[in-house]
Amino acid sequence: MNAFLLKFRDRKVRDIFWQGLASLALVAVVVFFVKNASDNMMKAGIASGFNFLWRDSGIEVPFNLTGYKPSDTIWALLWTGIVNTILVSVASVFLATVVGFTVGLMRLSHNWLLSTLAAVYIEFVRNIPLLFFVLFWYFGVLAALPTPKESFDFLGIIFLNRRGLSIPTPNEFLGFRLALAAILVLIVAQFVLARWARARQARTGQDFPVWIAGVVLCGALPLLALVAAGATTSWDQPILRGFNYRGGFVLVPEFVALFMALSTYTAGFIAEVVRGGIQSVRQGQIDAARALGLTPGRIARLVVIPQAMPVIIPPITSQYLNLIKNSSFGAAIAYPEIVAVFMGSALVATGQAIEIIAITLGIYLTIGLAVSVFMNWYNARHKLVTR
Amino acid sequence: MKFIALAAAAVFVAGTASAQQLAPSATLDAIKARGHIECGVHLGLPGFSFANDKGEWTGLDVDYCKSLAAAVLGDATKVKFTPTSVQQRWAVLQSGQVDLLSRNTTITFSRNATLGVNFQGINFYEGQTFVVRTKAKVAGVKDLADATICVAAGSTEEKMAADWFRERNLKVTIINFQKNDDAISAYDQGRCDAYTAGVGALAGQRIKFKDPAEHQILTEIISNDPQGPVTRWGDERWQLVVRWVLNAQIAAEALGVTSKNVDEMKAKSTNAEVRRLLGVDGKFGAMMGLSDDWAFNLIKQVGNYGESYERTVGMGSPLKLQRGANALWTKGGLLFTPPFQ
Repeated sequence: MNAFLLKFRDRKVRDIFWQGLASLALVAVVVFFVKNASDNMMKAGIASGFNFLWRDSGIEVPFNLTGYKPSDTIWALLWTGIVNTILVSVASVFLATVVGFTVGLMRLSHNWLLSTLAAVYIEFVRNIPLLFFVLFWYFGVLAALPTPKESFDFLGIIFLNRRGLSIPTPNEFLGFRLALAAILVLIVAQFVLARWARARQARTGQDFPVWIAGVVLCGALPLLALVAAGATTSWDQPILRGFNYRGGFVLVPEFVALFMALSTYTAGFIAEVVRGGIQSVRQGQIDAARALGLTPGRIARLVVIPQAMPVIIPPITSQYLNLIKNSSFGAAIAYPEIVAVFMGSALVATGQAIEIIAITLGIYLTIGLAVSVFMNWYNARHKLVTR
Repeated sequence: MKFIALAAAAVFVAGTASAQQLAPSATLDAIKARGHIECGVHLGLPGFSFANDKGEWTGLDVDYCKSLAAAVLGDATKVKFTPTSVQQRWAVLQSGQVDLLSRNTTITFSRNATLGVNFQGINFYEGQTFVVRTKAKVAGVKDLADATICVAAGSTEEKMAADWFRERNLKVTIINFQKNDDAISAYDQGRCDAYTAGVGALAGQRIKFKDPAEHQILTEIISNDPQGPVTRWGDERWQLVVRWVLNAQIAAEALGVTSKNVDEMKAKSTNAEVRRLLGVDGKFGAMMGLSDDWAFNLIKQVGNYGESYERTVGMGSPLKLQRGANALWTKGGLLFTPPFQ
């Protein structure tokens, strides 16, 4: 007993003891609530458990990349929702970043018109509720487009109307797989070339036009490969049948509206983050770079942006996370993401609210944590090495 | 001494037995304590549950809740209406936020078996159909092959439409909206070629279109959707009250008791069933823990089923729905009530 008490005087032992006790208490509380909820649900005659995931869903999803059919399970429905959420999030993060950086730089411009336009855009976007923004884009997109019979027609193969953008899809993928392999080779070649050029510049001081080579290697040649692949493949061509174009792939207006709403909205916040980051770089740095005779482009690329990035990345991560969570607004306009198909249709069909909400929570948490981990890694990698 | 103890025990047992004639009902006790009924209704469906421009709830499903309040509390106005969406309704009922749902909810097996809810009868036989633009020249549901259809997610209509077209190997695109109103406005905007819902619901929702005359409701019906009040599992006495208030509405019509002649019927009727219904004979109210004039109150204040129907969805309303399947069984319909005996 005495020995134990003596050990307890050790701070490390004490810490482990208390932390263990706290963890146990936490687990006990969670177990208590879960058990209580499942007992109560059993008493109230409400089905519980996760078996419903293997039931037939019977729910139609008009926009999916997973090949989902209504005769598949609810698990497949959930997966389709996850893919759709990730799809719209990734696409919007990309566009929001591009627009956000552009507007942020415009805001800093000495040109009065550019900076005022950027300021108006930022204030407009930041002070409007997102739901309104989503509905505005949705009904705006719908109102701007013609009925299927009066579709905009591009070369007779692509059709744009209120039901979406119908594009042909290849019936077999062999040509495209070859083209993809060729493109990968070209990208690797570009990397090798860039390394070689840097090494040569370090050795001899001679510059090599890496960018132009890049445009040819990663732009023009891949395009040629794709065109060649497209020409040798048979296509599933959209045709007007009855009410709609059938065949090919349809990019639905819900996706376009949500994508545009999320990216233009988040871009407003990113623009302010970028402006703050760039303004945090001291003027002396820019003056010094200019004194060394660097061009404005190089000043931005080599001096300003590397110093601004560590300031920009943490708040931009929050904006990305917000964007991913905001993709749930898709439910308001029938874009089939997790909240719409899983917490909407599947929840009502099965009635298992607790399980479904817990799963959805877990999915958002997983996606969010993954993004945070990646951004923290990126930030650490690009941290300014000060001497 | 022994005798006295035995006698005391006998008196005690008799006393508790008479006090326990009624099963305990937590819901009824709570309603009486708070002084009103919490009724879950539709977000806004003209003819069934719709808040008018004065903010008063009207409609067939609303009338049912008013009848329930008249029967339980003696006053048809003592109801608080909670509008619920297609998705919210079960959680609102299961959690005890409302005492019952009366909101165009179709009775199905899986809902009954897995949601912990009971369906207490049928106050409207609904059938699913489609509304389309008149200029689309659609004669029957089959002509909707390749069409895009807007629907409320999680409704029976969503599944029914998917099943119907799949069974016939016809391809349609179904777009699921969270609320009926979102689906309606998307259809109106031209996102879809058709919107699907019940005949009764469509008759009311039609007025929400920009130009109602441009749209046509198909006469073909693809399903039978019986609807009625819904309660939680448990509390059998409350379920009994909910069931028999609906039966009383229908029985009153069958027996010719209306809000106008109910006083006279109560005073003069010689029909045994009318006398039991109106509480002259039999003390039926007391058997459920209500006052004996429970049915009298609901008929007097709200009217019988037929009066309520004509006022809310029938010829006396903008919906102008025929009685059809919702007529009494004696008049070629399906409405039926067990006897008040």
